[in-house]
Amino acid sequence: MSTLLNPSSETRIRGGLKVLTDRFNVAELTQAGKQLLLPMVGILIFLGFWHLAAPQVNTSLGTFPGPVQVWEQSGQLWQEHLNQRERADKFVTMQEERNARILAEDPNAKVKIRGYPGAPTFLDQIATSLVTVMAGFLLATAIAVPLGIVLGLNRHLQAAINPLIQIFKPVSPLAWLPLVTMVVSATYVSDDPMFEKSFLTSMITVTLCSLWPTLINTGVGVAAVNPDLLNVSRVLQLSFWTHVRKVVLPSSIPIIFTGLRVSLGIAWMVLIAAEMLAQSPGLGKFVWDEFQNGSSQSLSRIMAAVLAIGFIGFVLDRIMLVIQKKIAWNE
Amino acid sequence: MTKPHLELTGVEMAFDTPKGSFVALDNINLKIKKGEFVSLIGHSGCGKSTVLNIVAGLLQASKGGCILDGHEINAPGPERAVVFQNHALMPWLTVYENVELAVQQVFRKTLTKQERRSWIHHNLELVNMAHAANKRPGEISGGMAQRVGIARALAMKPSVLLMDEPFGALDALTRAHLQDSLMSIQQDLNNTVIMITHDVDEAVLLSDRIIMMTNGPAAAVGEDLYINLERPRNRVTLADDPTYVHYRQEVLKFLYEKQRKLENIAPHRNKKATSATTNPSAQTAKI
Ligand SMILES: Nc1ncnc2c1ncn2[C@@H]1O[C@H](COP(=O)(O)OP(=O)(O)O)[C@@H](O)[C@H]1O
Ligand SMILES: [Mg+2]
Repeated sequence: MSTLLNPSSETRIRGGLKVLTDRFNVAELTQAGKQLLLPMVGILIFLGFWHLAAPQVNTSLGTFPGPVQVWEQSGQLWQEHLNQRERADKFVTMQEERNARILAEDPNAKVKIRGYPGAPTFLDQIATSLVTVMAGFLLATAIAVPLGIVLGLNRHLQAAINPLIQIFKPVSPLAWLPLVTMVVSATYVSDDPMFEKSFLTSMITVTLCSLWPTLINTGVGVAAVNPDLLNVSRVLQLSFWTHVRKVVLPSSIPIIFTGLRVSLGIAWMVLIAAEMLAQSPGLGKFVWDEFQNGSSQSLSRIMAAVLAIGFIGFVLDRIMLVIQKKIAWNE
Repeated sequence: MTKPHLELTGVEMAFDTPKGSFVALDNINLKIKKGEFVSLIGHSGCGKSTVLNIVAGLLQASKGGCILDGHEINAPGPERAVVFQNHALMPWLTVYENVELAVQQVFRKTLTKQERRSWIHHNLELVNMAHAANKRPGEISGGMAQRVGIARALAMKPSVLLMDEPFGALDALTRAHLQDSLMSIQQDLNNTVIMITHDVDEAVLLSDRIIMMTNGPAAAVGEDLYINLERPRNRVTLADDPTYVHYRQEVLKFLYEKQRKLENIAPHRNKKATSATTNPSAQTAKI
């Protein structure tokens, strides 16, 4: 059989391939240039349009902010964050010094350690939102993937559950929110709560709204495993767990990931809405507070938040894509 | 009289279809001895795969049954390894891992890790695929993947090896090579083989016995031809052997005279078969 591929022809093929790849690099570069150039042009046209159109829109809080104002306001938000941090650091050092003094006088004295009481900055709100969305999304994944596997493996169960999925899938977060809030306040009673109630409310709302695409895709992916591979599994008499781990999951990973990406996108959108409505800390609350505040800068600050929300959503999707490429075999 | 190794008795297979019940097989009776190499031949759609799947336990016969070494077959198991028509390798596992999955399952308790590893390599070498151990099925040709499928089945040390047109997708040279390896492997291991084929020469060269099936629906065993040719067999010398030529003739007569298909694909098949007449010598001359 080894005579089938004679070595000299093989090296010739390799050599040919190398020349090809070299040429490809040049082509790739121009390709990459084009890929970068066109989006840049798109963004510039958008900025120009925005810049020209914004002054035409008059609101009770002044004219609609253009890109320049939003840019300045973003710098402002950053500066506020830095100032706040500095004050917080000072507060902590002073507190430590005071406590050290008290302890030096009386080693048995009880010292109090308090958190800095200042309001959260724009960046703090972003961090809160990110933590909440990740928690909600992970919980949704932890529910949707195993449930989807079970549904995909059992046609009867799938038929029984499918109507429920179809009904709950289109429910808006705004409809869930009051129910979740009430249930959380009623059931989550503890003297030393590990989580804030507002955090739990936002997180559970995110979970309820975002688990459907993952659930549906997992079910479809699991049910669509190549029948030949299922036969191999049967001939090998793989146990249920081995069958799921070695055959079902790897086969459906690509389609599960498609669902996960849609879910994460929904989770992020839902979170902002939930935070706005429930007044729980996060980017949504930032937007709402600025709206209530109604100063001349509010619109620029809200616009900065809008852009930040969009950009973070984009980055989250890219991260999922990277993870998918790492895990899925068909990429 | 000794009990047969593998016995099919009164096997009938009816499929439920939207148009009602479709009887694919009707009263199939077969007794197969240990170590026998049996080919199933018949026109496309007559029910060969169905017979094989019933022996594999992947399908349950509607009537009658199948007994292996005194036990009724009603579920699949690794002692009846299957080589599938389209290799059926897990695309996310490497060639090595695909064989490993089977070896792990069958020899987890009886072989050490080191022994399993060398057993996997041994089987990959049998089919000349050791060089691609770390490739994924998507990175190798269909023929190579089929060889890995065979290695995986052999690695289970099955008492019955079931093969559904295993060489159908391979080029002539690869096919000849694999047929020769299969013959020698089968002589060493002495496992029972049931192989489905479309290729008359392949059937005569490899088999101890050729089961010819009538056209469906309600297909049955048409003729049962024993091939009394000395082993080891050599395709070059056999090409002009009168007994060999006679057996070929028998099978061709069954397929193209007694069970002629009244479809327009029939003439095409005939042409293919006549060109195959000159094939064995042509193939072997190149090796
Ligand atoms: N699951 C099934 N449902 C309905 N009909 C089937 C099914 N499997 C096979 N058949 C029919 O049974 C007949 C025999 O099929 P098969 O065993 O695959 O033929 P072969 O392998 O000889 O080409 C064909 O007519 C096919 O359409
Ligand atoms: Mg078939």
